[in-house]
Amino acid sequence: METERKPAIVVGAGPAGLCAAIELKKAGAPVILMDENSKPGGQLFKQIHKFFGSREHKAGTRGFEIGKELLTESLNLGIDVRLKTEVVGIESGLKVWAVENRNRSYTIEASKLILATGATENALSFPGWTLPGVMTAGCAQTLINVHRVLPGKRVLMIGSGNVGVIVAYQLMQAGAEVVAVVEALPKLGGYGVHTAKVARAGVPFRCATTILRAEGKESVERAIIAKIDSRFQPIPGTEETLEVDTICLAVGLTPSIELACIAGCKEIYIPELGGNMPGHDRYMRSSDESIYVVGDIAGVEEASTAMEEGRLAGIHAAYAMGYLDEATMKARTEETVQRLSSLRQGVFGQKRFAAKQRILEKGAAQ
Amino acid sequence: MSDNQSLKTTGAPSLEELRAASMLTTLADLEEKACLCIECVEEIPCNPCETSCPQNALTVGSPITNLPVIDREKCILCGLCIPACPGLAITIKSVDGDMARIRFPWEYLPLPVKGQKVEMVDRQGQVVCPGVVIAAINPARNNRTAVVTAEFSKEFVENVISIRRNHEIL
Repeated sequence: METERKPAIVVGAGPAGLCAAIELKKAGAPVILMDENSKPGGQLFKQIHKFFGSREHKAGTRGFEIGKELLTESLNLGIDVRLKTEVVGIESGLKVWAVENRNRSYTIEASKLILATGATENALSFPGWTLPGVMTAGCAQTLINVHRVLPGKRVLMIGSGNVGVIVAYQLMQAGAEVVAVVEALPKLGGYGVHTAKVARAGVPFRCATTILRAEGKESVERAIIAKIDSRFQPIPGTEETLEVDTICLAVGLTPSIELACIAGCKEIYIPELGGNMPGHDRYMRSSDESIYVVGDIAGVEEASTAMEEGRLAGIHAAYAMGYLDEATMKARTEETVQRLSSLRQGVFGQKRFAAKQRILEKGAAQ
Repeated sequence: MSDNQSLKTTGAPSLEELRAASMLTTLADLEEKACLCIECVEEIPCNPCETSCPQNALTVGSPITNLPVIDREKCILCGLCIPACPGLAITIKSVDGDMARIRFPWEYLPLPVKGQKVEMVDRQGQVVCPGVVIAAINPARNNRTAVVTAEFSKEFVENVISIRRNHEIL
């Protein structure tokens, strides 16, 4: 078997990138994992809750422990992990332009590129949104769970998806009070078991409600919320003032597609999974078959699906580089697809499953 | 199956929604015998309850989004599933004389202590009656999810789900 000597380069050491690199290395392929942060793990180290899924998905394990397990595995395998290394460009011929420690720039040629760059939290603009005390839910989660700093004492959470309710719960665990969780839609977005544990702590949920403005002299002192009609317009006379010092925004995520765009991967628009993203086939290959996209960049889902997508790309890239035979690649892909499908079932999973199917259809048509 | 109106607007299921999902444990059930109670009415991909049960009394099966089914003949109320459930949706309730007990998961500080007077809350976090902590355990295998037992007057047993969190801000 002819094997490729140039390395596969994985950009982003979150759950998807780590799993892709692990699969490549296990197959014996040369791999370099780059991440702009000083620590690998992506968002996993902020996740202090027990994950859903089955035993194969590490259900019941807290997110940061999954991060530790993946790190240990990658260290034991001897993966070349380059931290504080920002990938700023991709030139033709898969030349990856990296900046290390913000002071040394180099290019390195890859045989395959796996983009696991994640997603960025959406903001929401309203009068007062630039006041100190307004932050994304992920920011609050980083403060409490990584830096152990409580951003405020009385919090208003905007958005009731899983991110909003999980962070609301964790803010209470950190010692804050959550004054309310508001949701613009008529129904709550997150898993019922998550909302139920927040509700039983006495937190009111307000559906069909939005924030009108934040007020305060030097930082947030109060938030004014109001009911909205079916066209999302505030209903006069329903305004209510909440005394809060922190407003958290959990209003969705957008795939971080800059590098995929630079590399020329064809974009598609899938609103349910975050908007514009590179399309991909069942092996997670983008329109450029040397470039794979995995995790949130390929449609915003969750850490457990990101890990399986990373494995899919790692397995296929190892095969394409000559380090796995076709039968092994197909068998391992099938197993991984099965585990991935089991995470996309039920009332919540079906929508994501359908959206991912559309990506595959569009991806295949490229 | 109901549309879970209460769950999807207030955050917590109503007694009717739990009844519709065959997940409401009534006082009459508890007068007969102690019960494992699971409030998991949405199809999500999750089965640690099943894999945590040494008696094979809990079944999710395939697909993994099935709601858990309890075999009450097999369940010995060991409570290992209480900290295993990532959704904190499992409790054990019992009734003895005029009093009821609930064993529930707890992930806030401070950890309640034996003998502590507490306020029992319903699914919306409203205080329904006073209670007292009978036990609070947090062995390593629970992976930081403590299991607390509290006792209160049995007339509130259908509504009680937990205890009031200490709201004193740090």
